[in-house]
Amino acid sequence: MNVQLWTYVIVGITFALYIGIAIWSKVSSTSDFYVAGGGISPWANGMATAADWMSAASFISMAGLISLMGYDGSVYIMGWTGGYVLLALLLAPYLRKFGKYTVPDFIGERYYSKSARIVAVLCALLVSFTYIAGQMRGVGVVFSRFLEVDINTGVIIGMIIVLFYAVMGGMKGITYTQVAQYCVLIFAFMVPAIFISFQMTGNLIPQIGMGSKISDGSGLNILEKLNMISLDLGFNEYTRRSKSLFDILAITLALMVGTAGLPHVIVRFFTVKKVSDARKSAGLALLFIAILYTTAPAVSVFSRINLIETVSNKPYSSMPNWFKNWEKTGLLKFNDKNNDGNIQYLSNQNLNELYVDPDIMVLANPEIADLPPWIIALVAAGGLAAALSTAAGLLLVISSSISHDLIKNIFNPSISDKGELWAARISATLAVVVAGYFGINPPDFVAAVVALAFGLAAASFFPAIILGIFYKKMNKEGAITGMLVGVLLMSFYILKFKFGIFDGGKEAVPLLKEQWWFGISPEGFGAVAMIIHFLVALLVNKFTSDPPKYVQEIVENIRIPVGAPPAKNH
Amino acid sequence: MEKQNNYWRKNLIYLKYLLFIWFIVSYGAGILFNDFLNNFHIGGFPLGFWFAQQGSVYAFVIIIFVYVYLMNKLDKSHGYED
Repeated sequence: MNVQLWTYVIVGITFALYIGIAIWSKVSSTSDFYVAGGGISPWANGMATAADWMSAASFISMAGLISLMGYDGSVYIMGWTGGYVLLALLLAPYLRKFGKYTVPDFIGERYYSKSARIVAVLCALLVSFTYIAGQMRGVGVVFSRFLEVDINTGVIIGMIIVLFYAVMGGMKGITYTQVAQYCVLIFAFMVPAIFISFQMTGNLIPQIGMGSKISDGSGLNILEKLNMISLDLGFNEYTRRSKSLFDILAITLALMVGTAGLPHVIVRFFTVKKVSDARKSAGLALLFIAILYTTAPAVSVFSRINLIETVSNKPYSSMPNWFKNWEKTGLLKFNDKNNDGNIQYLSNQNLNELYVDPDIMVLANPEIADLPPWIIALVAAGGLAAALSTAAGLLLVISSSISHDLIKNIFNPSISDKGELWAARISATLAVVVAGYFGINPPDFVAAVVALAFGLAAASFFPAIILGIFYKKMNKEGAITGMLVGVLLMSFYILKFKFGIFDGGKEAVPLLKEQWWFGISPEGFGAVAMIIHFLVALLVNKFTSDPPKYVQEIVENIRIPVGAPPAKNH
Repeated sequence: MEKQNNYWRKNLIYLKYLLFIWFIVSYGAGILFNDFLNNFHIGGFPLGFWFAQQGSVYAFVIIIFVYVYLMNKLDKSHGYED
């Protein structure tokens, strides 16, 4: 069987599985729809959270980015895992004890204010829509490369699948499909990694292979070898830092607090039975995530060496099939500047003849390493699982923000449970359509998704929730001002330095680098916006009145684990 | 009320120590002291690089499970098991 047939078979089986789960987990109440009735086991929630969290960016892009960035790519490894420590220690148990459906629920009730809830809803929508556009695009890319359909057709197929299980099964359907998707994506990521690790180092465990000797008879450690060939081609030494120290610190912090503030991750902890389960499932989630996150840097090293050895100074005419296949997608480009027929892959942009998009490192890795066709097909199914699972989690946040926070709590409190459930389904459907539209016509900001979504989550939710739990006297004036200042500042920084809209457009962006505040990139600015949010909130709080007694009692109450309301009886 | 305050105080002490370790393995070993630690090796890894791309993640997982263990014990001693 060839690759394409294998891909149809494997992707077909996984899709049938997701749809089967959707039919089995059809829901009939809002509690089931929003938080799966609060009855998910910590193990299932751990896996679902891992799939929810690991998006197309983690599965497809991250290892490739690290392989181009070397040590500097560590910001993604530490930033996107360290946030779980904050989540487990500072947020998840208390939010579960609070026991509601959405993040704006918490903000709205803790800060006894409809305005606070509305601000939180706007932040949640902004973060989730930014993020989901990238996921639908990821679905399209995988489809177009592996199933040779048009990107747009790919996006539409993805939309239909997500629509099916998110609208029908709500959180319950999403949770169990995410469990299945976790299994698919981790298997798809690990199998080629293990194969390649064994090929290159003789060691089956990629995490150890990455620190072993390369089996080419040179007797060198694989990282030493990579440092050497990187220097030869004019790149920085792979294991050394090249960004500024301050920027690395800022980006890592922004990604960590952003992770802990992402609404689609937080709501996952509303779905378990009790507070101790919330803590445990945060640990399990990170364990499941760590399997991929400690393998990815190994894949980066292996694929970097493989790529360089395959292409560097080799004649273009002798390139293997995968090279031509990926050229068609535009993710790999060769331009023979010196007309010698050979590929020069160099750091110097004037002499370099090869453009490599980071996304192909994971997707093409099995082909580059010459692995059997079923493994290549598996990678396609894994990429789809990663993108679809995250998209579904985001959809739920969007639909519950609209049906629960806006309709039920603000515009029409007398709506029946059944009516609210329909509103949730309709808003999920609309959200899929909007997300699909962005997938087909990707706005410029897809590339800025990371900076934007994490920065906004870091600047809006993280400080407001932390203060709400750990500072009893925090009042609504402080919280609302803090959120607004955080979000506006973050948006301003992105608009200015990522889009250049105050300086004549995109062309100005590279020049504006000189003006970054304290040398901090837009990716790292979430850390600054978060700190300013804390300061502003505390300052305003000092000059305004204390929150009412009953709110302070709510805070006392969420600090102890007993008597968490089952989400069902809400 | 006394019991509740005592529970919360202990929780905050655990948080302080665990977040200190969280900070040291990532921002410390992985970033601030990275250059210095790269003078040492663990297997074929420069140590600072290992912390940045492997060790910190293992440490994070351990930190959470230690927290789960400590809090379950604390819940029990205060009769707060749910």
